[in-house]
Amino acid sequence: MTVALSVEEIASKIEENFPGSIVESSPKSIVVNKESLFAVASYLKTTPGLDFDYLTAITAVDYYDYFEVVYQLTSLQHNHSLVVKTRCYGRDNPTLPSVVSLWRGADFQEREIYDLMGISFDGHPNMKRIFLWEGFQGHPLRKDYL
Amino acid sequence: MALRTEPFVVNIGPAHPSTHGVFRMRATLDGEVIVDMEPVFGYLHRGIEKLAEERTYTGVIPLTDRLDYLASMSNNLAYVLAVEKLAEIAVPGRAEYLRVIMAELQRIASHLIAVGAFLNDCGAFMTPILYMIREREKILDLFEMASGQRLTYNYMRVGGVSQDVPEEFIPALGKFVKVMPGFIDEYDQLLAENEILLARAKGVGILPKELAINISASGPVLRASGVKWDIRKVDPYSIYDRFEFDIPTGTVGDCYDRYRVRIQEMRQSVRILKQALEQLPPGEVRSDVPHLLRPPVGEVYGHIEAPKGELGFYLVSDNSIAPYRLHIRAPSLINLTALRDMIVGWKVADAIIIFGSIDICMGEVDR
Repeated sequence: MTVALSVEEIASKIEENFPGSIVESSPKSIVVNKESLFAVASYLKTTPGLDFDYLTAITAVDYYDYFEVVYQLTSLQHNHSLVVKTRCYGRDNPTLPSVVSLWRGADFQEREIYDLMGISFDGHPNMKRIFLWEGFQGHPLRKDYL
Repeated sequence: MALRTEPFVVNIGPAHPSTHGVFRMRATLDGEVIVDMEPVFGYLHRGIEKLAEERTYTGVIPLTDRLDYLASMSNNLAYVLAVEKLAEIAVPGRAEYLRVIMAELQRIASHLIAVGAFLNDCGAFMTPILYMIREREKILDLFEMASGQRLTYNYMRVGGVSQDVPEEFIPALGKFVKVMPGFIDEYDQLLAENEILLARAKGVGILPKELAINISASGPVLRASGVKWDIRKVDPYSIYDRFEFDIPTGTVGDCYDRYRVRIQEMRQSVRILKQALEQLPPGEVRSDVPHLLRPPVGEVYGHIEAPKGELGFYLVSDNSIAPYRLHIRAPSLINLTALRDMIVGWKVADAIIIFGSIDICMGEVDR
């Protein structure tokens, strides 16, 4: 059974290594600020005992005030999982650091988020629309699109 | 005089018999060898995630049928499991068994098409796939008995299944389970040691284990690379913890391994079907769920082992009758991340096989 790791424990570890990076932690997920997202992600991937080697899924949700990007992480080695989130304020050209250099599985998923939700990822090797055509106006999954 | 040469860009697809739908590979060729490739998709994008925000929780189920249309039952199952997790709804015992039976039949049907189409790509034109369609027909007959449909079943419901199976279903399934291992033996006799298949598929399109994990591959593609990872075992959903079955894995992660893993998975599915048929309890098939379901505010990620890999649904509820956000983690799309690494350096004819061995369905890639 995939064990959802205790968020408090990991949150305190992250807080120790990256002070001030955690915005909020609920029993199910950790919200980190976008400046330390990449550092936290690479810490989670490489720390022995955590070893989150598998990025199951990325998705984004539009809450009007901010966009929330959700990373579902899994460790195939230890069979445990963790949900990491980050928030992105502002509706004009929001950006986040890309995690493609850690998990290449993020490649198409980040492009999908860019295409449909309009969040661009810094450091992505090929940041362009994936499903809709170049020149399409707007980002359909935003709540104010329709 | 030296002949001047230059790289040549060729579009393979979007309408090409070997691209299994409307997929385009923009390949850069040096002679016959592929030196670069960029996948282009979106031709079948229908905006299912956006459409789902306008529908009730039950109304989304027919949309999931149209994701991977070769495995509609699995899509139904993944979605209703996510909703049940969100709203904490219990499912009657008989419905759980019927769901497992449908999901495993669907796995066999999907793998039959995957293997048949793969062999078609290899050049064994139409003969193997017709053998496999023969058995798939039997499965479609079973689905028709249960749901009235042969492609988009819309069979699962939140809290159970839409209706109990008719009387004639159980004997027909019993017969299928009895004869299917013989048919799989027949494929093995024809194909497993076939010299042409070995020559075309062995050592071609290798996906190393580390890369498979790094690109988030799942399903037979991940297992063929030697990773023993099956959601049914590592994070059992529904009642999969009650059945005995093995997880077949490959060793090198070439096209042949992916083909073998699928053949062996069909045998394991038959094993699960046998046990489910023996244990199938009588009783209700649907629990009492309000017609307009309003799950509590929250979010959930539910995943299953679909025939093509890990199919996940991320649902956000704001306590209204429609999902606030629905995201589909489509295994076909994410498995395609590896395509470029796998085909660069191979010839066009091999690229077709490598692409076929991933087994994708455009309905799911584009959504």
